[in-house]
Amino acid sequence: MHFTTRRRLVATSLTIALGATTLAACGSGSDKAEAEGPVSLTYWAWAPGMDKVADLWNATEGKKDRITVTVKKQASGDDLVTKIITAAKAKQAPDLVQAEYQALPTLVSNDVLADIAAETKDAKSAFAPGVWQQTTLGTDAVYAIPQDSGPMMFYYRQDLFKKYKLTVPTTWDEFAATARALKKADPAKALTTFSSNDSGLFAGLAQQAGAQWWTTEGEKWKVGIDDAATTKVADFWGSLVKDGSIDNQPMYTPAWNKALNTGKQLAWVSAVWAPGTLTTAAPDTKGKWAMAPLPQWNKGEQKTGSWGGSSTAVTNDSPHKKAAAKFAAWLNTDSEALTALVKESGIYPAATAAQTSGAMSTAPEFFSNQPDFYTTAAEIAKGTAPSAWGPNVNVAYTTFRDSFSQAAKDKSDFGAALTDMQQATVADLKKQGFGVIG
Amino acid sequence: MAADQSPARGSVRAPGAPDSMTAPETTVAETASPKAPAPRPGRSRASRRVRNAPYAFLLPAITLFALFFALPIGYALYLSLRKVEVKGLGLGSGARTEVWAGLSNYTDALSDSELLSSALRVLGYGAIVVPCMLGLALLLALMLDAERTRLSGFSRLAIFLPYAVPGVIAALMWGFLYLPDVSPFFYLLDKWGLPQPNLLDGGPLYIALANIALWGGTGFNMIVIYTSLRSIPAEIYEAARLDGASQLQIALRIKIPIVAPSLVLTFFFSIIATLQVFSEPTTLKPLTNSLSTTWSPLMKVYQDAFVKNDIYSAAATSVVIAAITLVLSFGFLKTVGSRSNQGESQ
Repeated sequence: MHFTTRRRLVATSLTIALGATTLAACGSGSDKAEAEGPVSLTYWAWAPGMDKVADLWNATEGKKDRITVTVKKQASGDDLVTKIITAAKAKQAPDLVQAEYQALPTLVSNDVLADIAAETKDAKSAFAPGVWQQTTLGTDAVYAIPQDSGPMMFYYRQDLFKKYKLTVPTTWDEFAATARALKKADPAKALTTFSSNDSGLFAGLAQQAGAQWWTTEGEKWKVGIDDAATTKVADFWGSLVKDGSIDNQPMYTPAWNKALNTGKQLAWVSAVWAPGTLTTAAPDTKGKWAMAPLPQWNKGEQKTGSWGGSSTAVTNDSPHKKAAAKFAAWLNTDSEALTALVKESGIYPAATAAQTSGAMSTAPEFFSNQPDFYTTAAEIAKGTAPSAWGPNVNVAYTTFRDSFSQAAKDKSDFGAALTDMQQATVADLKKQGFGVIG
Repeated sequence: MAADQSPARGSVRAPGAPDSMTAPETTVAETASPKAPAPRPGRSRASRRVRNAPYAFLLPAITLFALFFALPIGYALYLSLRKVEVKGLGLGSGARTEVWAGLSNYTDALSDSELLSSALRVLGYGAIVVPCMLGLALLLALMLDAERTRLSGFSRLAIFLPYAVPGVIAALMWGFLYLPDVSPFFYLLDKWGLPQPNLLDGGPLYIALANIALWGGTGFNMIVIYTSLRSIPAEIYEAARLDGASQLQIALRIKIPIVAPSLVLTFFFSIIATLQVFSEPTTLKPLTNSLSTTWSPLMKVYQDAFVKNDIYSAAATSVVIAAITLVLSFGFLKTVGSRSNQGESQ
């Protein structure tokens, strides 16, 4: 997810499907061939340096089993989901795909992902239950293996907090008070901004408050986007925007970068991957930031949401599902593979053991002033609230972007925007024919 | 749209050509027939071969047209009549089936208030872009054509050059200039204590978007008009000057009426470009809260097809947009055509 800016570039430049025709490589595979090898697998992923991690597999484990993995960098995020579904329709999906957690129900619903429960029995124990649950969709099947996760945290400018005599907020009430205190001290500054251009942030904040956006009851979906928890979150941010305590301009713009780099904005509610984004967005502020747990709704709690994170899944089109599942398990649970992933792709591993392993012992360079960065992060990650994704996250996310950007711009009622989001999501499910309650 | 016309024109000409070619063949064969009845079958085979020849020559064009034009359009039409139906939770295999949707995708598209408001937004945008662009292009072309203009070659290139900059890059560049915190213009406004307009919101947003199109498109239209200005014979100017016409009068009374057909053509191109506006608002979208994901009709199509993964309604909406574009542009051409015919008959 910290490749969002990159993703946008990719989205604008990659308009033509590249790979569909080149992927018919292993057509005549069968179970027999699987046992005998050699097998070659194609893996669509967007994480940088993934090809180097695959090379490591090809040189070691893969060499033993005669399984070769080729990484193809395709689009990422929403674009990749569409691309995979299109390729699957033509029966030419790659063997393995990188998929964000919230995209899994959509992919399963389009019958793209294979159930790899039998091949991944051993992998389950390597992950926290809340993380693993996202890949099963509450069924007995396993549709993917978690790769990275994005527990959310609070990032702030240590030096400027001292200058304006602000304390690090531990609850959202304190957060609001801090924002107002800063506005009073210097009206030109803002604690942070409410941005509507990445729906994942809002989804993570709602998770922290206890929201369950998609749940199932029997053969029906229940959409709870306008539940009490999410409404609380929306109203909280809406009131801050309304009275001008925080900014209302979107993130990831040149203006936002400048605001972070010059200290016009003092804090950012983000996730564990924030150091990477800050390094490029605010290079002049190196060593001036600090990370703290996300403010809580009730004092003393230790909850957080997740923003971003992805998994490795095997497709139904793959003639070598067993081999593919083996690679997916190795990639995300083997300590050597995880070390390479951390080093080459800069991910925050989903596997519990890896979060405190040697690879994570040194803080990111941008946060060299906080040597225990990853120890704190692992502690925070333990409190990750479970997420509940449904088959039309894309519709909910798009509506969020449009309704909340309008509300943020007009400084109007965020609750109404949330109702829009709920209604659009339910209407879309009904239109497609899903069983829906309400 | 211009491409539509050429095959039509070509097919009118094509049947004419083989007729004239086959005619002498048959007469030669008929005069020969009473003396030598034997070669009859051979003759008819030959004439058939000759009659088939034009089709053989047309074959590559027809194949390409069918494969890359008619077939995709046909497929889009087919898709627009289909939809996916999901059962229950919609998880696992067999939960999704593609079924006939009848015209429901079309009724949805036509009754979609978001599509209508995106069309209205684009009309508002077009109302700024088209007159400004053509007015500027005409003015610049006339200025370049004026006798006293120096450095006309350089100016022509300088005005045309932005057209060579891809739309996405132009939009990114202007986007940076519109953002108060990073724009040098806003820095200067701030220095001089002048008011700083918010260019990425409300009415100014339309001007900001139109400005990108103007910057990129004026040069192209200017070249089209300028080329037709250059083809006006010098004698006409000479005659006008002998009659005592000033430069301004020459421009208004002679040049503009003569280049009117190119103005019609550029107007036609501009309308189509306006209806298809996509890359500029898409590129500026992340920079502001005021541009929704469905700001223009084509953005809605893109959103449906590539984010919501609903190619069926995207296909229906595309068909609707194409139909409206056709009606608007050909309706315009027809009006202009009939008016100029009337003028001639008078």
